[in-house]
Amino acid sequence: MDLITPDFGLFFWMLVTFSLVFVILKKFAWKPIVQALKERELNIQEGIENAREARNELENVKVKSEKIISESIVERDQLIRQGREIKEALITEARTQAEAEAKKMVDLAKKHIEEEKIAAINQIKLQIASLSVEIAERILRKNLKDDRQQKELMNSLLDEFILN
Amino acid sequence: MSRILIIILLSALWADILYARSPEDNPADNPLEKIPFDPGAFIFDHIGDAYEWHLFDINGRHYSVSLPVILYSREKGLNIFMSHKFQHGKATYRDFRIITDGPEKGKIRVVLEDGTVDPDAARPVDISITKNVAGMFFAAFVMMFIFLVIGKRYQRNPNLPPRGIQSLFEPLILFVVDDIVKPAIGEKKYIAFLPYLLTLFFFIWINNMMGLIPIFPMGANVTGNISVTAGLALTSFLVINLSGNRQYWQHILNTPHVPILLKLPIPIMPVIEIVGIITKPFVLMVRLFANITAGHIITMGFFTLIFIFGQVSPAFGYGGAVLATGFGIFITFLELLVALIQAYVFTLLTSLFIGMAVDDGH
Repeated sequence: MDLITPDFGLFFWMLVTFSLVFVILKKFAWKPIVQALKERELNIQEGIENAREARNELENVKVKSEKIISESIVERDQLIRQGREIKEALITEARTQAEAEAKKMVDLAKKHIEEEKIAAINQIKLQIASLSVEIAERILRKNLKDDRQQKELMNSLLDEFILN
Repeated sequence: MSRILIIILLSALWADILYARSPEDNPADNPLEKIPFDPGAFIFDHIGDAYEWHLFDINGRHYSVSLPVILYSREKGLNIFMSHKFQHGKATYRDFRIITDGPEKGKIRVVLEDGTVDPDAARPVDISITKNVAGMFFAAFVMMFIFLVIGKRYQRNPNLPPRGIQSLFEPLILFVVDDIVKPAIGEKKYIAFLPYLLTLFFFIWINNMMGLIPIFPMGANVTGNISVTAGLALTSFLVINLSGNRQYWQHILNTPHVPILLKLPIPIMPVIEIVGIITKPFVLMVRLFANITAGHIITMGFFTLIFIFGQVSPAFGYGGAVLATGFGIFITFLELLVALIQAYVFTLLTSLFIGMAVDDGH
């Protein structure tokens, strides 16, 4: 068969084969392949986009958390300082109060003691008075059994008074 | 594995038709010593089409695979028989005979008793499964097998990375889609043309590659045959022009920005444009045919050197064999590249022409 003369049989079979291959592969190969490749492309693109978004989000979250941490540190310091101030104020207040109370109590006690003392002294005085009266009575009774003695006493007493 | 088994069985079926006939009565004679070696005939026998698939010669015996001959003529009706009935073109069967010389060399004609062409009988319509048709069938079978398997895999799990044969073809598919079709046709319209252009690319490429493997059932010079490239060019022509929009046809029939004198009394521009429509696929046809055939001729040329040298002296032949085989391997590697480049060029140009035909204008 000549080299450059087209041959009908081969031409015919070529068209038949090519058409069959085309029709079958179009339906069962190219469509799913092209679709899958496109799907995969979209999938990958989406994945990259998602990853980028997630990274951004993460960065945001990081920034936010850092901000929150620094804020909370400031707040904590503030709270501590406040607490310390309150504590000190409380302590000083309590101290002054306690001091006042103690003073009051001491005063009260002193007053009580004074009163008691006075009362005791009074009682002692009374007792001493009655004792002296009794003693005096007994002495008098004993000493005044005779006149002379009476006179003597009278004299001594008088001397005493005069001396005084 | 089962698929490989099917292929082996299929080839066994072919081998069943394998037959051997001796062309000479004394097969022990070495034909190389008697008949002077004709490299031209040898090469053109290999790159041409044939009714039988010649495998090898042993002691002057031809071993070939017989292929179905399908003939139709008004006088004799439909005739289907295996080509071994012709006994390598030496016998007449049902009044049909392969013409051995003259302008119709290699074709089947109706002959008279004495073996001369019957002048009254019409040429039979010949749609025989020739060597090239069988080779093309095999390539088409391989191609469908590959892409149906891949297609199924893509359908089943589109988001998994490609595996096995899929990872071999995915870069090529992506190459065709992203580097040939998409830029040539444009983002908006390329999808519709993908199935055709992918089929085109892989049909040409796989047939080119098959043509380089000289083992049955590969090695037929399919894409180096003008009928095949003409068929491909015809499909390309149809796709380009059937998808052409108003703008495209207006450009052809009434080219804008061209002086009216070039169009009106004598329609020079429209004629040029219409010739252009035809030359585009014609050039595609010739380019593919010429490139592949040239590659086969060069490769065969180097191998014929062995026999040419061998005719001078056997030692010279063996020495030449080393050199020629080296060159042959080199050219075969080059042909591997050409196989891909020609598939690429054919697909790229068809895509560009489609791109022009569907362009909306600017």
